[in-house]
Amino acid sequence: MTLPEVWFVVVAVLFAGYFLLEGFDFGVGMALPFLGRGRDETAEDGDVRRRTLINTIGPVWDGNEVWLLTGGGAMFAAFPIWYATMFSAMYLALLVILVGLITRVVAIEWRGKIDDPRWRRWCDVGIGLGSWLPALLWGVAFANLVRGLPLDSGQRFTGTFFDLLSPYALLGGLTTLLLFGTHGLVFLTLKTDGHLRIEAMRAARVWAVPTVIVFAVFGGWTLAYGEKGWLATVLAVGVAASIVIAAAAAAGREVVAFAATSVSILSLVVLIFGSLWPVVIRATTTRANDLTIAAAASSHYTLTVMTWAAVVMVPVVLAYQIWTYWVFRQRISTAHIPPSIGLSLRVRRS
Amino acid sequence: MNALDVSRWQFGITTVYHFLLVPLTIGLAPMIAVMQTVWHVTGNEQWYRATKFFGKLFLINFALGVATGIVQEFQFGMAWSEYSRYVGDVFGAPLALEGLVAFFLESTFLGLWIFGWQRLPARVHLACIWLVAIGVNASAFFIIAANSWMQHPVGARFNPDTQRAELVDFWAVMTNNTALAAFPHTVAGAFLTAGTFVAGIGTWWMIRDRRRARVTDDVVLAGELNTEARTLYRPVTRFAMWVMLASGVALAVTGDAQAKLMFEQQPMKMASAESLCHVETGASFSILTIGTQNNCDSITRVIELPNLTSFLATNDVNATLSGVTDLQQQYQQRFGPGNYRPNLFVTYWAFRAMIGWAIGSAVLAAAGLWFTRRGRVPDQRWLGWLALAAIPTPFLANSSGWVFTEMGRQPWMVAPNPTGDPSIHLTVAQGVSNQSVWTVMISLTTFTLLYGALAVVWFILVRRYTVHGPLAHDSSPHPDRGRDDGDDTDADRPAPLSFAY
Repeated sequence: MTLPEVWFVVVAVLFAGYFLLEGFDFGVGMALPFLGRGRDETAEDGDVRRRTLINTIGPVWDGNEVWLLTGGGAMFAAFPIWYATMFSAMYLALLVILVGLITRVVAIEWRGKIDDPRWRRWCDVGIGLGSWLPALLWGVAFANLVRGLPLDSGQRFTGTFFDLLSPYALLGGLTTLLLFGTHGLVFLTLKTDGHLRIEAMRAARVWAVPTVIVFAVFGGWTLAYGEKGWLATVLAVGVAASIVIAAAAAAGREVVAFAATSVSILSLVVLIFGSLWPVVIRATTTRANDLTIAAAASSHYTLTVMTWAAVVMVPVVLAYQIWTYWVFRQRISTAHIPPSIGLSLRVRRS
Repeated sequence: MNALDVSRWQFGITTVYHFLLVPLTIGLAPMIAVMQTVWHVTGNEQWYRATKFFGKLFLINFALGVATGIVQEFQFGMAWSEYSRYVGDVFGAPLALEGLVAFFLESTFLGLWIFGWQRLPARVHLACIWLVAIGVNASAFFIIAANSWMQHPVGARFNPDTQRAELVDFWAVMTNNTALAAFPHTVAGAFLTAGTFVAGIGTWWMIRDRRRARVTDDVVLAGELNTEARTLYRPVTRFAMWVMLASGVALAVTGDAQAKLMFEQQPMKMASAESLCHVETGASFSILTIGTQNNCDSITRVIELPNLTSFLATNDVNATLSGVTDLQQQYQQRFGPGNYRPNLFVTYWAFRAMIGWAIGSAVLAAAGLWFTRRGRVPDQRWLGWLALAAIPTPFLANSSGWVFTEMGRQPWMVAPNPTGDPSIHLTVAQGVSNQSVWTVMISLTTFTLLYGALAVVWFILVRRYTVHGPLAHDSSPHPDRGRDDGDDTDADRPAPLSFAY
């Protein structure tokens, strides 16, 4: 393999890490509106339930998000033409993703600072925006690379925003939305205890069914673009894994279900990047305008420097991130949530 | 308006927002690490309270710093794609390394610090905040190295086949003399910001406690307030003022070094900073001018210090410096017709504002150290107001400094290096993406409104938590600290988490 090809794989791995880790962050955020409601049977305050959900990802979500920043940075360093073309072509879609990510960061961090129902409702809206929108739009964005963009002979985008909204791309968005939603629900069954754990499993069971179907349809459609035999195997693994999700969720096997959602996400990433190879953005105008790995890549020297940096740093990063998950491995339930220590919005004069 | 103007406004607005928050993070993380270390070593719980109090403010600030930072990672590709194509081979590497080395470190260990007060052994927990402090400063280094390459491109050559700048020496990019001058200057500015923030809040609280102690009839309460002022706020404030003093000296030294570099590397930037229109021998430093700066010859110099500019530039009071008009002619000869002058009004005043605003911190540090000398605990009301008034000044100085640096580089996006590969240069007009003006207008409006709203919320939160003071439940560490091994088997009801969002 040449260095550009290696870096294509590295970028794929970074986005796989991002989808695997932020996938459940998004899923947890998506679950807030339904799992986070107060229920009569538990007589628990809805806010305590929502806090429990948010705190399952509390110590780790920020580190998970860095996978995106590093993925973007690696793309810029290793494939500047890919980075420039993709992000300028998908300008408005990325704007929406960024708005979501911005509101999610501040909503998670600031939610508990003020003890006021209206304040917290606004924060829940922010978390919701930052979970539903990126979960949908990342799928749309990557499906568009596979389907292709109108590129001219200089590999510059010539289309408009509406070129991004083909049925195939929207189905890609629905795929990631359902997959991340299920992934998050299954993650919650591993991280919570008590009623939330039972309810999350029940919800995962419901989400798993459309996930299998949409994944299979989108994957089959992707094969039509990919034109590679081995991708059928990847798709089969992915679909099999999503069937396992449904079965494991029905049987209450949490670890198996989480392993299965992870395999599904990984196979989706392999499917997308595999069908692109050896191209990074397909051109809908003529195949001669495809932006290839070789044409998009940086110089040999830059890739060598980056390879050394990655070889040294990635194991270190993985080690301390895994350690963090180990430190915060215990399940939490509504009983673990301490009383709110937020201040009132206004100063109370005594 | 065209897409270029809107894109420039967007990058400027989003970056200035980001850099209102960033210096506080960069400076406050090490200061909190020091506070926690002092508590760890001495066992003095007042330093624990200080750690928790400023830790809360740090986290409120960190969140918005991250939120505004995410945009920057993608904005190059979105709005400046031609630039990204041209420089990606060089510019991408420090950006990727920033993610790999620094962002992962700070975000992961900040999570461990926030949630690990009871779960981690005390030393490991202390190490977490130190790693955060290292991470935020490391990220500053990488991004400043990237920016410095735009100011003074080194370690690269122009490849005519691919029509882009290509990296040939990564070490040269990391040790760019521009970066080695800009990094300590920026970090010193960040420490001045955080020092002023801590000292301002500490002084205000110290005086408030003292005054409340004086007016209350409750003898016990008065004693408590006086003790708090003497044992909590006074030491914290004096610590912060020494930080301010040290960073003030560092700012002057590094600023001077940077200015000398700039006179060599980007003479146009420095000439416009001084409203120096024509060749001058023994050039004087202008403090006040009136007139229209952008019409170079219309200005009248009101106050100036003779020969100072020549001395600042070269250490020689009689050095001859080029003016804007001469440099414009030289650039036209080298790079063809065009306007190579930055906005002279902005660069002139931003440079003065940067230096002028820094006086706010200097006044507070001087007054504060004097009035707290030899065990004194001041109670002058005016000092409290001075402390509050000083807090915004370093933020304004930081913004002014970056506005000067970046707008002084105009019209270049990659400024030509006088001693480097002469074919590496790019103007902003060549670097902008081919977006419609409306597309960029939509994002500019969205970011401005969203950031504006979040800035208001940020201010409300910081003010609210400052006015409330250290929280009662943070008055002393949890007795089970460090002994929580994660199983609740011996408890009927699980122990609540030490912290939950």
